[in-house]
Amino acid sequence: MLIRRAPRFTSNDITDAKLYLSRREWMVGAAALTLLPGESAAVTPPGQPLTATRNDAQSLREPPTKFEAATTYNNFYEFGVNKDDPARLAPALKPRPWTVQVDGLVHKPKTYDIDELFRLFPVEERVYALRCVEGWSMVIPWIGFPLASLLKRVEPTAQAKYVEFVTLLDPKQFPGQRPGFFGFALDWPYTEGLRLDEALHPLTLLTVGMYGQVLPNQNGAPIRVVVPWKYGFKSAKSIVRIRLTSAEPPTAWNKAAPQEYGFYSNVNPAVDHPRWSQATERRIGEFRRRPTLPFNGYADQVAHLYTGMDLRKDY
Amino acid sequence: MSRRARIALKAAIWGGCLVPLGTLVYWYARDDLTANPISFVTTTLGDWTLRILLASLAMTPIRLVLGVSWPITLRRLLGLFAFFYVCLHFSVWIVLDFFFDWHRMWEDIVKRPYITMGMLGLLSLIPLAATSTAGMIKRLGARRWRRLHRLVYLAGVAGCVHFLWLAKVGRTDQYWYVATLVLLLSIRLGDVALRAVRRRRERRTATVATAEIRMP
Repeated sequence: MLIRRAPRFTSNDITDAKLYLSRREWMVGAAALTLLPGESAAVTPPGQPLTATRNDAQSLREPPTKFEAATTYNNFYEFGVNKDDPARLAPALKPRPWTVQVDGLVHKPKTYDIDELFRLFPVEERVYALRCVEGWSMVIPWIGFPLASLLKRVEPTAQAKYVEFVTLLDPKQFPGQRPGFFGFALDWPYTEGLRLDEALHPLTLLTVGMYGQVLPNQNGAPIRVVVPWKYGFKSAKSIVRIRLTSAEPPTAWNKAAPQEYGFYSNVNPAVDHPRWSQATERRIGEFRRRPTLPFNGYADQVAHLYTGMDLRKDY
Repeated sequence: MSRRARIALKAAIWGGCLVPLGTLVYWYARDDLTANPISFVTTTLGDWTLRILLASLAMTPIRLVLGVSWPITLRRLLGLFAFFYVCLHFSVWIVLDFFFDWHRMWEDIVKRPYITMGMLGLLSLIPLAATSTAGMIKRLGARRWRRLHRLVYLAGVAGCVHFLWLAKVGRTDQYWYVATLVLLLSIRLGDVALRAVRRRRERRTATVATAEIRMP
């Protein structure tokens, strides 16, 4: 769909990866000078560069959130429930070798090696808004390819109505998957799901990178989905399996608290979380709250998927 | 405990209670308040309010269990610091989080049970802080003052429930606070029950004694 307003920023506005590198060197230097070992540990080491042309039509016209914020303030319960756990514990995750099993109601089920996916599907950059169900948001320049391209390749059968995503289950790499004193945080492995038409929507991105580099571990390496009009938890990370089904797949947060996290979980300022308002959000890096937009600002592209549905009931 | 030791202990508690605030200021200066500073500061101030409030609630149980009297002298200090932190917590919510959007805040207070609970806890601490001076004890009379200050239990319960209700599924820190509160309250209630039993027994012995005197 055409976007009427012209882009207000260019890829020049995204801080060059080299700058992060030099920043880290500076930090290491400073740490050495002040004899404070470990000071540099908080800074995310820059990953392998991954170049991609930006898809301007599908990109937000806002400057992206600082890379530092996007890689140190994460909800990724596989590592732990605190925002800094993912960045701290991410080195334990091994994103290679990695395979993604695509099966279920498809004509051509196949297990893809992650590198094969890189070869098969050309990637592009898309600057999307990310709205967390907790009431904060970011702007992230993702790199990936439409999930639709992969789904078309495996040819869903006529019975396929839903797509299920399964995150890696491995308590050795994901300490958050081990039981704590009060039991498990969530019912592992993390599973998420979309209706097939949502999964085939051109905005739905299988994501392998961000900020001009391969996806950092704490952001869901090596491959995750990004569904920008839904709350962040719908976008499953570190995916090992994509399964097409005829019935609505059970999803992790819905199982944990069904009255709070629905299967759809579209960003909706009019439907509150039972315990807090969703009318406003804090964009990371900004001081004042800003109003939350229906479908996170993607209403003109996705609202038609839900015509005739009561979004208060199907929250 | 000697006078000097008591003063040293109080000074240490004073200093200790200021460490969380000092740390926040230090992190602010270093621009190290996470990517979401307002949320982080609110949470940290809330955490310390509850910790210090529970510490003040622990003083009587410690006295009961260890049989020492010095914890009682720390109750007021800890209680006032809990009030200090809850005021900061509340101010951050008003000023930094909602920036005086009274309409939205009022909506939240009425609509969100966890915020209602938090407000209840804050409100119940106000009369306690206001009557914390020795002069006020005298003016109210020890008995009435003591009765009023039982509100601190309401504040403790409200604070823990506030945390319990706002915490996301999968988090577990809130249970530790609730468990601590339950432990402290049961020591307190156990003591009340024990004293009631003892009083009844004493009364009975007294009656028996009187009866024996009348016997001959």
